[in-house]
Amino acid sequence: MSDSRKIAIDVRGAVKRYGDFTALNTVSLSIYDNEFFTLLGPSGCGKTTLLRMIAGFEEVTEGAIFLFGDEIADLPPNKRPVNTVFQNYALFPQMTVLDNVAFGLEMRGQSRPESRRAAGEMLELVQLSDFASRRPAQLSGGQQQRVALARALAPKPKVLLLDEPLSALDLKLRKAMQMELKHLQRETGITFIFVTHDQEEALTMSDRIAVMSAGALQQLGAARDIYERPHNMFVADFIGETNLLEVTVREVRDGRAICSLGGGHILSGKSDQEVRIGARVHISVRPERLFMSDAPTDAEGLRGRVRENIFAGTDITTLVDLDEGPNLVVRTSNSDRGNKRIFEPGSAVYVNMEQEAARLLMD
Amino acid sequence: MAGGTASSGGTAADTYKNARPWLLLPAWAFLGVFVLAPVFMMLVYSFLTKEFRGGVIWEFSTAAYDQFFFNRGLFGDEPPTIEWTYIAIFWRSIWQAATATLMALLIGFPTAYFIATRPEKLRPMWVFLITIPYWVNLLIRTVSMKFMLRDNGPINDFLVGTGLINEPITIINTNFAVQLGLFYSYLPFMVLPIYASVERYNFSLSEAAADLYASKWVTLRRILLPAVKPGVVAGCILVFVPSLGSFLAPDLLGGAKNFMIGSLIEEQFKGNAGNWPFGAAASMVLLTMVLILLLIFARQQARAQKGTG
Ligand SMILES: Nc1ncnc2c1ncn2[C@@H]1O[C@H](COP(=O)(O)OP(=O)(O)O)[C@@H](O)[C@H]1O
Ligand SMILES: [Mg+2]
Repeated sequence: MSDSRKIAIDVRGAVKRYGDFTALNTVSLSIYDNEFFTLLGPSGCGKTTLLRMIAGFEEVTEGAIFLFGDEIADLPPNKRPVNTVFQNYALFPQMTVLDNVAFGLEMRGQSRPESRRAAGEMLELVQLSDFASRRPAQLSGGQQQRVALARALAPKPKVLLLDEPLSALDLKLRKAMQMELKHLQRETGITFIFVTHDQEEALTMSDRIAVMSAGALQQLGAARDIYERPHNMFVADFIGETNLLEVTVREVRDGRAICSLGGGHILSGKSDQEVRIGARVHISVRPERLFMSDAPTDAEGLRGRVRENIFAGTDITTLVDLDEGPNLVVRTSNSDRGNKRIFEPGSAVYVNMEQEAARLLMD
Repeated sequence: MAGGTASSGGTAADTYKNARPWLLLPAWAFLGVFVLAPVFMMLVYSFLTKEFRGGVIWEFSTAAYDQFFFNRGLFGDEPPTIEWTYIAIFWRSIWQAATATLMALLIGFPTAYFIATRPEKLRPMWVFLITIPYWVNLLIRTVSMKFMLRDNGPINDFLVGTGLINEPITIINTNFAVQLGLFYSYLPFMVLPIYASVERYNFSLSEAAADLYASKWVTLRRILLPAVKPGVVAGCILVFVPSLGSFLAPDLLGGAKNFMIGSLIEEQFKGNAGNWPFGAAASMVLLTMVLILLLIFARQQARAQKGTG
């Protein structure tokens, strides 16, 4: 990541309306230079809209977007030092792969031989040199995807926009491309703004993630930060897997809210916000931050009975029915088997939380 | 055409495959009766001897073609020189038709682009609006045009009225009037095929070009035009070919000296003054030329296709 922390893209209070439908509602975020930044959210939440506003294909209804400190509202797409990898690739069908990649360089005024030479180098980088003289239609989906990437990278933009570039690829290819993209970003030092609806992909690849929902920014932070300290129920639920428990606040002590779940269960969680005694709130705990024991380890052990163990390669997922309460998902990594126990279905157990594992969520 | 051989355990598709030659019969019959037979008759008539009050005498002769291409003097006894009269008419026809096609392209392309970029629900309405004037008979439209273009017609009145010009300009009975007439007669044939191909165009290609620093003009020339070329070529053929053989617009708007090949042919079959074999021969020359042009286009298309495929 950059050491200077220069801001590449600054979105300030951006609103986008189509008629009376608000696709993007007052989004403000700063994207640093050399950063792998991800816009994450479910389909229809406005990711593409924001990306298209940065590229210049959509006008900003309200607010402004700054590129390295300059407002870019008046710059048409072909004057913005920003390139896009389109979701459907949008390769020029009548041109060869090489000409596709050389197009942007030529448009920037490089001579034809010079731009073709540089395009050839770009193709080497994405390992497609052998396909230079083919037409896009003669390539597989994954190859087309790499051509689109090479074409967008060739003019050395300051910022690269990628709109769900991997969504059309099968799982194995997608995983390989994730690594390749990450490497490319590190090597080139270009700021990547990556759009995806796949939270796992976002967590693996990003320096920072902006989680969006219904046209609004929900949380912005480092991947780990968002996973471990979700701001609200949407983020907790959307990122990774979590146990969401509805509880009542009984007492607040040292910034921790002690809550009751019903059925005599007591559990406590940290909150960033002020909480009121008696409020109905949610507590979120990641399954891997829970562990089981046959005796309570402290006052907050949740009593229950194991219903089922599900083996899934690297870990085991256990479903526990709490006595007179909801069920919990507990995940035990196989590498943790030394200090974490697995119980047979039907066993009575106590479910315990690791330190700081529980998060109090107000909405 | 593949013959239908009976196959055991055939699927429904096989059944239809076997029946295909028979299913095509009506189409072949139609083509035979209404296209091939008339062309064949014309070919035969062009090699017959003319009868003086119209009609033909059934006697082989190449006089019609001879008259078209060669000049043997007033009494037909001089050594043959090339007859330029009809070639000139031909040349003028090509020129007029080509100009009209170019005008139709310049107006038709932006129109088609405009319609294809309207919201999907509104496009049929725009197409309908374009075709409305063409529900009126061509003759009536051309006569109206003659009225519009007159020295003291609405167009000149308007131009003089606004002070743009001091005196009416003569449009009627010029080459330009004929070009305007042809252009207007066949404009929808340009708009509709181009519209169809622009509508199928993937506009994210234009966005990709703009994203890669291409100006609007370069995007049009290097990305959009190659993609919609089949529609453009079809439109040009559909305007050029009927313009070439047209006689209404040249007769009504061009006057006697702006004669085109269509009028020449038409006259040979009118009343008693005509010359049927000569008219048939001129038609054959026209047909041959159109076919050659179409073949050249088809060859080019095929080559372009091979490059893409
Ligand atoms: N041109 C448009 N006109 C009207 N609504 C649009 C238009 N483009 C996008 N939308 C709407 O804006 C919302 C956000 O769309 P989009 O940015 O494409 O979402 P995402 O990329 O996150 O799936 C969607 O509800 C979509 O229907
Ligand atoms: Mg999208």
